[in-house]
Amino acid sequence: MSKTLIRGAKVLGDRALDVLIDGETVAAVGTGLDADGARVVEADGQILLPGLVDLHTHLREPGREDSETVLTGTRAAASGGYTAVHAMANTFPVADTAGVVEQVWRLGRESGHCDVQPVGAVTVGLEGKQLAELGAMHESAASVRVFSDDGKCVDDAVIMRRALEYVKAFDGVIAQHAQEPRLTEGAQMNEGTVSAELGLGGWPAVAEESIIARDVLLAAHVGSRLHVCHLSTAGSVEIVRWAKSKGWNVTAEVTPHHLLLTDELVRSYDPVYKVNPPLRTEADVRALREALADGTIDCVATDHAPHPHEDKDCEWGAAAMGMVGLETALSVVQHTMVETGLLDWAGVADRMSFRPAAIGRLAGQGRPVSAGEPANLTLVDPAYRGTVDSAGFASRSRNTPYQGRELPGRVTHTFLRGRATVMDGKLV
Amino acid sequence: MPLFPGGNPRTSGHLISAADLTRDDAVRILDTAEEMARLADRPIKKLPALRGRTIVNLFFEDSTRTRISFEAAEKRLSADVINFAAKGSSVSKGESLKDTAQTLEAMGVDAVVIRHGASGAPYRLATSGWIDAAVVNAGDGTHQHPTQALLDAFTMRRRLIGPDAGLGRDLAGRRITIVGDILHSRVARSNVDLLNTLGAQVTLVAPPTLLPVGVEGWPCEVSYDLDAVLPKSDAVMMLRVQRERMNAAFFPTEREYSRRYGLDVQRMERMPEHAVVMHPGPMVRGMEITAEVADSGRCTVTEQVANGVSIRMAVLYLLLGGSEHAGGSGNTATGTAETAATTGTAARTEEK
Repeated sequence: MSKTLIRGAKVLGDRALDVLIDGETVAAVGTGLDADGARVVEADGQILLPGLVDLHTHLREPGREDSETVLTGTRAAASGGYTAVHAMANTFPVADTAGVVEQVWRLGRESGHCDVQPVGAVTVGLEGKQLAELGAMHESAASVRVFSDDGKCVDDAVIMRRALEYVKAFDGVIAQHAQEPRLTEGAQMNEGTVSAELGLGGWPAVAEESIIARDVLLAAHVGSRLHVCHLSTAGSVEIVRWAKSKGWNVTAEVTPHHLLLTDELVRSYDPVYKVNPPLRTEADVRALREALADGTIDCVATDHAPHPHEDKDCEWGAAAMGMVGLETALSVVQHTMVETGLLDWAGVADRMSFRPAAIGRLAGQGRPVSAGEPANLTLVDPAYRGTVDSAGFASRSRNTPYQGRELPGRVTHTFLRGRATVMDGKLV
Repeated sequence: MPLFPGGNPRTSGHLISAADLTRDDAVRILDTAEEMARLADRPIKKLPALRGRTIVNLFFEDSTRTRISFEAAEKRLSADVINFAAKGSSVSKGESLKDTAQTLEAMGVDAVVIRHGASGAPYRLATSGWIDAAVVNAGDGTHQHPTQALLDAFTMRRRLIGPDAGLGRDLAGRRITIVGDILHSRVARSNVDLLNTLGAQVTLVAPPTLLPVGVEGWPCEVSYDLDAVLPKSDAVMMLRVQRERMNAAFFPTEREYSRRYGLDVQRMERMPEHAVVMHPGPMVRGMEITAEVADSGRCTVTEQVANGVSIRMAVLYLLLGGSEHAGGSGNTATGTAETAATTGTAARTEEK
């Protein structure tokens, strides 16, 4: 088995240590470790994190292989420092049966760039009418525990209640895309002063908050586990904070773009800024950052949503919603959370690896960097400064809102169970 | 050469939003339109200003009156006109806006007059690098309709100040009330922007359901009480209210809307004597305006239509830099042409 010695990396941003990888596991962590024939990675000044885990990725396969495949998506994930991603269920066909989730799971194993944990649909065809065979998906080879109709909201209160109850049998969690459908008919962007001026249909904060409020009450009532996807407003933060103060089993994620971008960008009418939930206001961005810092929001999830060029090279109304995010997430978090002093690197490890792995119940991911643990590791050069250029993306799609923007930090190495998927900033 | 319009460098050389016009841009367009209006009184209503230029009217939404108004303006300036209605064309077969525009430009079009159902489509066309032609927004979604705002301001200036006395002047201190479906109205947005630029005080009147969230940031007043506002209005602009809106619970019934926000003769009498009633058309008689008011001498609806042609001539003339063709052509309208030529110096001369 191959050995790698990472020399002098600051583990979770703390003390500079040597980390020896032997085979698939971390063999030793200490100072002055002997290379002993191992390949040596000089990591002076770099940060060593547990491999990042994404709770919210759209890999698009099966069905939209023109925008992403499991192979290209997992390559993008590895480039961004991820060792595991949760593949969302809104594929064609929808991942609402054991057959489809097993297909995605198998494609993930074949890709080899990171672990792919399929998410199962809550309802058949994401229609919100009839529960999908949640138990069958759980019992399949994919061992699904996270269920979501993401892209659509499970808006029927009874269906949502039943889903929350049902998954208790196998420690599942419902990840809700909180969007009250009637309040968001024709919605194109955040409802507020900018939408009023631009004449674009408004997506009001209350459409998200009212669903979250209902869902936390339902989760409390049936004693189940709720995860709130891509929380985007200050009001949502308040509701989740309140639910947690009650001791209810509620977790939440925020996307990198909601930590950085605001609806002012929509003034360009450039659909690269069209995303669901929409970019909100400066006040929302501030609240989301604070909530991620204080732990009200558990984790950062990319909502990586690849789209082909033609679906963004058009007028706003005709454009698809979504942004790619796997390859820029860590840089955006460094920029918005670390360099603002809101979060240290141990905090980043917690919000981008430990907690998302715990929510997804992923074995072998989100583990401490210590001897005997699986060697899922990410090495970051925080001093790096570069300009985002989508031409270099591993993703098949280019719909990044950060094109041409300077962002800090770069993933230099990613290890998946001891094997390098990224070496010296390049995919292996 | 100064930018025209000068309010937004990104859209200079195009007319996308009334908000892109500076006060001087707007007054210059109104003054040029006044010259164009005089032409309409002559036996031969044609200027050679845009001879050899090609303009396409690219209409993704049906709007016969706006399209005809632009077409009349283009023909009076001697431009070659192509009408492109998206219905039944390759667009309905899935062609993108980008491909449609590039196809038209490949045929040698100098300007694209675009009407589109998606807010921001003209802005995309002007700023995305898809084409080089000048873009004129003829109404996009619920965003903007700048030539409508210009023709409204032109009508107000003529009525409230006078065709000659108005030259070179804005609408400082005039009180303009806009009533109706503000939420879904590109006319209201454009008018608020332009009238504010021209120094007028705007009040929007509507049921709260038909006002956009965020209207509090607009440079105008908002009222829910039409009767209170009417005595303090120099012009009252009634917007069309579609009956179908009540199905989405914007108001309970047609009759209730009409009672609370419609303009009838009794209400009109609360307006100052000099005040005018305006409507961008098409009117829904019996809904936002009664037939008596619509047909009264205080209502400027048909004047607005006539003024629309003059304004669109002025806009195209200034954007396309017709001045090099306008003077000394020996046409019967030469005098007017020369006056018009000296009125405007356009930014977009000689480019393709």
